[in-house]
Amino acid sequence: MLGSVRDLAPIILVILFFQLVVIQQPLPNIVQLITGLLFVLLGLTFFIHGLEQGLFPIGESMAHAFARKGSAGWLLTFAFALGFGTTVAEPALIAVAAEAAKVVAEGNMIEPSSESRASYANGLRLTVAFSVGLAIVLGVFRILKGWPLQWFIIGGYILVVIMTAFAPKEIIGIAYDSGGVTTSTITVPLVTALGVGLASSIKGRNPMIDGFGLIALASLTPMIFVMAYGMITL
Amino acid sequence: MTMSEMIIQLGQTLFSTLRDVLPIAVILFGFQFAVIRKPIPNMARVIIGFIWVLIGLSLFLIGLEWALFPLGRLMAEQLTDPAFIAGADQIKMVTGAVQSVDWLDYGWVYLFAFLIGFSTTIAEPSLIAVAIKANEVSGGSIGIWGLRIAVAIGVAVGISLGCYRIVAGDPIHWYIMVGYVVVVIQTLYAPKLIVPLAYDSGGVTTSTVTVPLVAALGLGLAETVPGRNPLIDGFGLIAFASLFPIMSVMAYANLTQWYSRRQKKIDAD
Repeated sequence: MLGSVRDLAPIILVILFFQLVVIQQPLPNIVQLITGLLFVLLGLTFFIHGLEQGLFPIGESMAHAFARKGSAGWLLTFAFALGFGTTVAEPALIAVAAEAAKVVAEGNMIEPSSESRASYANGLRLTVAFSVGLAIVLGVFRILKGWPLQWFIIGGYILVVIMTAFAPKEIIGIAYDSGGVTTSTITVPLVTALGVGLASSIKGRNPMIDGFGLIALASLTPMIFVMAYGMITL
Repeated sequence: MTMSEMIIQLGQTLFSTLRDVLPIAVILFGFQFAVIRKPIPNMARVIIGFIWVLIGLSLFLIGLEWALFPLGRLMAEQLTDPAFIAGADQIKMVTGAVQSVDWLDYGWVYLFAFLIGFSTTIAEPSLIAVAIKANEVSGGSIGIWGLRIAVAIGVAVGISLGCYRIVAGDPIHWYIMVGYVVVVIQTLYAPKLIVPLAYDSGGVTTSTVTVPLVAALGLGLAETVPGRNPLIDGFGLIAFASLFPIMSVMAYANLTQWYSRRQKKIDAD
């Protein structure tokens, strides 16, 4: 609880400072504000507690179990399911996909009807979810092989740069942003525990060097796939 | 807001969080029972942990919605309001030269972007999770707070630079490409152990707390700065917020390495 107070203090100070000193407006709706802050505090405390009790242990125990089982096929299937399943329902992604459909409809690149917009947004969502699933598969495969992460990331960057040159201008900003929005608060701890658990249960892998990197891949592939989606559909 | 409205909203948020968590739980338990076919150690504790996560996340989200988001959005609007910007530079209004934007007029916006980027990142639950893990895995040599502050500085710089880009109207991809080049160069010189964690910290920074506030700031700016198209210029702040922490975390690692080497030298002398 005390830790959560410390986590939130900066945000509260910034908002108070700007509201009272720069904009010089009184705070609206004090009661709601204080209840809200109390909820945020409690929520953060409970979340961290649950993280250590539930999400971290299950992610790690599954990683160990898969490593002992020795079936790479099932592990990779699990990796894909986890990446795809956690992303496809992600609210931030749904919002970004709808926004993107609006952009291309206003740019007259697809028909401005609501059906074509919905189907565009849907396609985009599936594309991003697929790309995250692929990223986790690739990342897990990399952990199994012990390949350096740099090559994947730098290779991905080069691909992003090349595709930027060919993708329609309207999609670029959205594509870049979609990398950041895919990784939700529940996915991150799970995927991190999975990677670190795998790396620590395979001989010769270092959890620091090999265990991290899944999130990085999951934020890189959507950029590439969204630009590809923009190029193909237009 | 009345009491009953609050309770309804609480129920709705709990329900929608449940809907987000459900597919993940189905995948996890499905594979556990169908493929691994072994009972989960401490099953009861894990399930209770999940319930804590569910309740915690719901309370967190609803609290943000009641307390911080309305204020943050309102402030993003007020700070980017042409009247507020012009207030700082009234002579310009009189001479009628409003069409040409002077990026210096937006000083408060950059400061706000910096501070809000920093403070929301400190409160970001997924970053806390990764920092706990990194601390555990590194045997304590990576401090939880050290990592969080390094990432937060990265986000802060990224978002303020992103705001400057919207005001200046430069195309986003030049910034991103230069950023990539810097990241590649830093990768060559950073301590090897930190590189994967640094790459990861780019992705974790932008979730629950940062995205809504930052998106509001970007769209607000793109709508009010003359000559900007919100649809093209409003995006991209999140990309900046995911790129810069990679740099700041590697820089942090270089700095701590340098510091501990110097410390050793002093001890040896």
